Amino acid sequence: MRVPLKWLLEYVPGDWTAEFIAERLTLAGIEVGAIERIGQTWNDVCVGYVTDVQPHPNADRLRLVTVDCGTSSSTVVCGAPNVATGQRVAFARVGALLIDGHSGKPASLKPAKIRGVLSEGMVCSEKELGLSEDHTSTIELPQDAPIGLPLADYMGEVVLELELTPNRPDCLSIIGVAREVAALLGGALRLPEVSLEGQGESVKDMVTVSIEDGDDCHRYCATVVKGIKLGPSPSWMQERLKASGMRPISNVVDITNYVMLEYGQPLHAFDYDTLSGRKIVVRRAREGEVFRTLDDVERRLGPGVLVIADGERPVGIAGIMGGSNTEVSESTSTILLEAANFDRAVIRRGCATLGLRTEASLRFDKGLHPDFAYTAVQRATMLLAEICGGVPAREVYDAYPACAEDRVVTLPAGEVKRLSGMDIPGDEVNRVLESLGFVQTRGDDFETCFLVPYWRGDVVGPADLVEDVIRVMGYDHIPVGTPRFTTATVMVPADLWEFKSRLRQLMAGAGFQELLTYSLSSRENLVLLSPDASLAHEPLTIANPMSREMECLRTSLRASVLDVVARNRRREHGPVRVFELSRVYFPRGKDLPVEAETLCAVLSGYSEEVSWHHGERPMDFYDAKGALEYLLAKCGVSAGFIPGDDVGLFPGRRADVIVDGEKLAVVGQIHPAVARSFEVDAHTLLFEIDVAKLMACMSGIVEYAPLSRFPYSERDLAIVVDNDVPYARVAEIIGGFDLVSRASLFDVYRGEQIPPGKKSFAIRLVFQASDRTLTDAEINKVQQKLLSKLESSVGATLRS
Amino acid sequence: MADELDVLESAALAELRELQTLSQLEAWRVRYLGKKSTLTSALRALSALPPEQRRTAGAHSNAVKASLQSEYEARKQELSLSTIGESIGGACLDVTLPGRALPIGRLHPITQVIQEICSVFARMGFQVIDGPEVEWDYYNFEALNIPQDHPARDMFATLWLDSSEDRNARLLRTHTSPMQIRIMEEHRPPLRFVVPGRTYRYEATDATHDWMFHQVEGLAVDSDITLRDLKETLFEFCRSIFGRDTGVRFRCDYFPFVEPGGEIAIECFQCRGGGCRLCGSTGWLEILGTGMVHPDVLARCGIDPSVYSGFAFGMGVERITILRYGVDDIRHFYSGDFRFLRQF
Ligand SMILES: [Zn+2]
Repeated sequence: MRVPLKWLLEYVPGDWTAEFIAERLTLAGIEVGAIERIGQTWNDVCVGYVTDVQPHPNADRLRLVTVDCGTSSSTVVCGAPNVATGQRVAFARVGALLIDGHSGKPASLKPAKIRGVLSEGMVCSEKELGLSEDHTSTIELPQDAPIGLPLADYMGEVVLELELTPNRPDCLSIIGVAREVAALLGGALRLPEVSLEGQGESVKDMVTVSIEDGDDCHRYCATVVKGIKLGPSPSWMQERLKASGMRPISNVVDITNYVMLEYGQPLHAFDYDTLSGRKIVVRRAREGEVFRTLDDVERRLGPGVLVIADGERPVGIAGIMGGSNTEVSESTSTILLEAANFDRAVIRRGCATLGLRTEASLRFDKGLHPDFAYTAVQRATMLLAEICGGVPAREVYDAYPACAEDRVVTLPAGEVKRLSGMDIPGDEVNRVLESLGFVQTRGDDFETCFLVPYWRGDVVGPADLVEDVIRVMGYDHIPVGTPRFTTATVMVPADLWEFKSRLRQLMAGAGFQELLTYSLSSRENLVLLSPDASLAHEPLTIANPMSREMECLRTSLRASVLDVVARNRRREHGPVRVFELSRVYFPRGKDLPVEAETLCAVLSGYSEEVSWHHGERPMDFYDAKGALEYLLAKCGVSAGFIPGDDVGLFPGRRADVIVDGEKLAVVGQIHPAVARSFEVDAHTLLFEIDVAKLMACMSGIVEYAPLSRFPYSERDLAIVVDNDVPYARVAEIIGGFDLVSRASLFDVYRGEQIPPGKKSFAIRLVFQASDRTLTDAEINKVQQKLLSKLESSVGATLRS
Repeated sequence: MADELDVLESAALAELRELQTLSQLEAWRVRYLGKKSTLTSALRALSALPPEQRRTAGAHSNAVKASLQSEYEARKQELSLSTIGESIGGACLDVTLPGRALPIGRLHPITQVIQEICSVFARMGFQVIDGPEVEWDYYNFEALNIPQDHPARDMFATLWLDSSEDRNARLLRTHTSPMQIRIMEEHRPPLRFVVPGRTYRYEATDATHDWMFHQVEGLAVDSDITLRDLKETLFEFCRSIFGRDTGVRFRCDYFPFVEPGGEIAIECFQCRGGGCRLCGSTGWLEILGTGMVHPDVLARCGIDPSVYSGFAFGMGVERITILRYGVDDIRHFYSGDFRFLRQF
């Protein structure tokens, strides 16, 4: 909403600056987003009087125009065809800052020789003054414009640009804003006098209005005005409309727009003579009914849309836009003026159906009070009589099926203090509310009742009154001390949130960069995660997706993490260790989906930055496994790794991670087909953890074992087993020997020195007892027992 | 005799300071502290003295010996350290060569800011919890005083999973405020919670808008909570996050689920209130929306609005992060560009 300051101050006179008004309005909830100053840069531009126009000696299209500026007179070369002797124009002297016609940027006006004639100044179009894009003709000022007056003083304007919230449709009007300013700054309201005395016929003899459903249309006010002379509206009205961002069209249309801006009530003028049957019917459109709106678009309507019809056809879409079939034109002499009140939901749905929003619908869909219609139709009719020479019929046609009831809100004593924490005397509360138009209807020691002014549809309860009191006094007056922390609170376990934070910290500590990526994904990307293009889970889809890339709620983090890896790979090389801990979404029919917190880590490239310390080693399965083991160890979880079956991973280079028989993670190399699809290195590894399951596995309490006071002994053991014996089996057997306190695998060997089909494990064993020093003999015995156990269980032999 | 020892001591110490190698030091030790040294002989000769003299002379000799001994140890320490380089090959290390690198992991800037925000509120007694991102129309709109066809729905361009006409439609939450309802449905006051999480809007992306972003929601409900408590808590928050001297502004604003409603802005740190492009020439940067929980919302959750009151707030994490670090394009956050992420 654009509010020209001069217009505003006409209704609430005062000498406040624009900044001051803007600040107070903003603090009170009517946000002024910007202050525009039209004419701020118009130095050296004044009202000029054209005393002479002569042809240019050397050019047919140019003329020499002599302009009187009060104190001086200049002759300039001018190309605009409309300049004529006797006009008042906007004249720029040399040095004026004007918008350059070609570059569109401000530039200082310089003297110029045009086709041999020196031109020192310019007769300006709207474009040069930054008023519009029009530069085909120069501005013609009204005949009463004082010659020599700086143009900024004559037609400069300050405009407040309001960014309104949907609860305050009353401020979509100059009068509404004036009411706020009056209350906030203590000004007196001076509103236009509205009273209509028609002549001639009664409006009831000229039209009948029927409303099919009072829920759709709460009120329909109409007047008929005869003897209209169509023409341009007066310049003061045009200036105000332009400053408010509307294009002047004709006196009749301008008046309807002017009153809409003034009161916030949309109006529409029909050419009365084109209405069939002298009838107005407010009804739903019929299925498939076709209608051409004023913007010259043919629209197919349906019962979702409310229309204004005459005796036979629609003539307007209620509250949104009129029709070309009844448009006011040069030949119009009688008009029917409508100011109606439509249900906001009906208008909203109509706009959605038609994909059309207008200044009118903008005001209706927030909810307007029916009282506006009656006032606005009278005000507009008065202006039609005054400006267009029209003769209004007697009375206003007022179809008002169910009169809106007054609303009274009760404010309990102490409520202002209870909600605001501020001690405000009752008298002060009453004074503030009255300044906003509330009327006290009753009051005692316990409560006060206030009649809500009709334009404040947003006020329904005592909390609304408290807000009004505090915002007028100013939220900035609420004192600020140290916050009170006296409140005890319900304690809810925040385990998952805290656990997620901890996992993120651990991953970052292990050298992984955290990523956050979009929750939505394309179906293709999810499909590409399995080499056979199958989807393990059908994802949920968005009903109104913004694009196909953002169509599905992802069921895996892999696709987006791999995308990030690929994109970065195009920019730089070097080791990649990334992870994301976010949700994936598994559908549950029509219910809300399961939102599973998942950690997906990807490793790719060489293990370290290229460095003088060592050669380059591509990361492999064991890099990923090592990071995962680190994470599990830090969480106090001991897990088993078994060959896995994740289809997105490389067969034979993938593992499932099992705790208590349940799979909580997978780890492995990306399947080559997947790596190709996502354009990442073939040697790309990942692990993926079900975070909630991991949290559930955490044992919580550490099992403490007393420290041994006795020395330890180390022995290295090399055994040979079949190739298919997993190390985990060997480790498990060793783990069964209490006196072996630690075992580290330090070599795995296959090759010439051992038989084919075999491999050797070299293991460093640490022997230690908690209650004595172990003798060599004892250790030998244990080791012998271990060997025979390994032999009987996994066919191990001592490597010779 | 005593003079002799003093001369000996100062000569020995002077000599000691000149020594450069451990072998020279060893020779010195043999000469002055060894079995055949003057000092040892002097000590040995003590037994020949009468008892009176023996005591004073003995004390003196021992003091000299102790002094030489301790200077010797100190010098030995110095020489050992300075000759370490020689012992490992004679050359000094180029200490400017890069060390063996450990991989450096980092948290995403949004995660860092969320954790910071949550910890400020945790200090003020708020608990952190999560909530669902896929929501019912009821929690996202209806229960927050935004029924079907309410004009405030315009404030939330929504990504729907079902037809928006359907009252049981599912959607991607447009704000974290649905958690206000879920918390109040499940728990009775006193309540103090913050809820961080992802939120979604149907929105074209550009440098300042993205369709996915994070919010932190807050809720406090008790029998005596006022607008003043709201202001004090959130001013404290702003000053904790943006600096103690930051100017903070509290103004009236509208959200359907609070009344009175408000907005908190901080003084623009680029122009210090004078007006610039960052703040849209207003001098203020909006940080969060807030207000007293609407009585209808309390009542809907079974909390008596005539007994209890509370405040709620919600803030955009990306916006705070962008302002804090001067990030020029919101789309960097989810692009995963390492050049961007490495800076935080
Ligand atoms: Zn600024």
